[in-house]
Amino acid sequence: MESIAHILRQVRQTGEYRLLTDVIPYTRFLGIGVENTTGEVLCRMRFSPMLIGNSSLPALHGGTLGALLESAAIFELLLRTQEERVPKIISITVDFLRSGRPQDTLAKATITRLGRRVANLQVQAWQEDRGKPIASANALFLLS
Amino acid sequence: MASDDAFHDTQQMMESINRFMSDSVPHNRELGLRVVELGEEGATVRLPYSENLVGNPETGVLHGGAVTTLIDATCGIAVFSKMARMARIATLDLRIDYLHPATPGKELLARAECYKLTRAVAFVRALAHHGDANDPVASAQGTFIIVED
Repeated sequence: MESIAHILRQVRQTGEYRLLTDVIPYTRFLGIGVENTTGEVLCRMRFSPMLIGNSSLPALHGGTLGALLESAAIFELLLRTQEERVPKIISITVDFLRSGRPQDTLAKATITRLGRRVANLQVQAWQEDRGKPIASANALFLLS
Repeated sequence: MASDDAFHDTQQMMESINRFMSDSVPHNRELGLRVVELGEEGATVRLPYSENLVGNPETGVLHGGAVTTLIDATCGIAVFSKMARMARIATLDLRIDYLHPATPGKELLARAECYKLTRAVAFVRALAHHGDANDPVASAQGTFIIVED
């Protein structure tokens, strides 16, 4: 496997986000990708039936939304800073605002503070209406 | 004997929750989550290690999202355990502190306790560990809404 640092250099030059999202097994497994179709870097979790946590509603598993929010924060840090390793999560607080329907979910992370050792991020996840987020998170990461 | 009845009930509840998870919770089934212990005090759920759950390919350490899923599921089961039945519940919030990285290759256990239950809201805390709860990988606190009684 090529080192993450090497892949990051390629992705930062070419914008081929897939090189990065595919090298992380868990994001590949959940179907989480990074895209920039609107001039803004967003994270998308493609719907698949194995993401369901409640079959009777049906609704996405809360854990998969937590994973999307955390992944969006990690990709934001990897693409917007000069980090050469996957940042280590210190803590995350997730608010579940609405149940996730069986469809694609988008997420956008914003760096609220980038220190020398610690980064704080705010993340929102939504489906068809960005004004109605389905989950949000505050996350802290330790930088390498 | 009352204690035998209680044990029987708990066993039955554990079996029915495991059946429910594998029949009606596709994501828990996909991850192979199993309730390994259930009582009035709370619940313990096991997450087998899998390459699919790795968040850092350079170290093999699990992605935090997999830990979130395990803890969310375990906290929900701890609420059922406190209510002594299954009801419709939804997670309102969940805070997780990552105390040290999970060890690659090892299964992860989460132990959750519902320490306060009101008619509408359940308050839960949880620890994730590799078998020794005194050396936790993650510590969590969450709240759940009881959607229907």
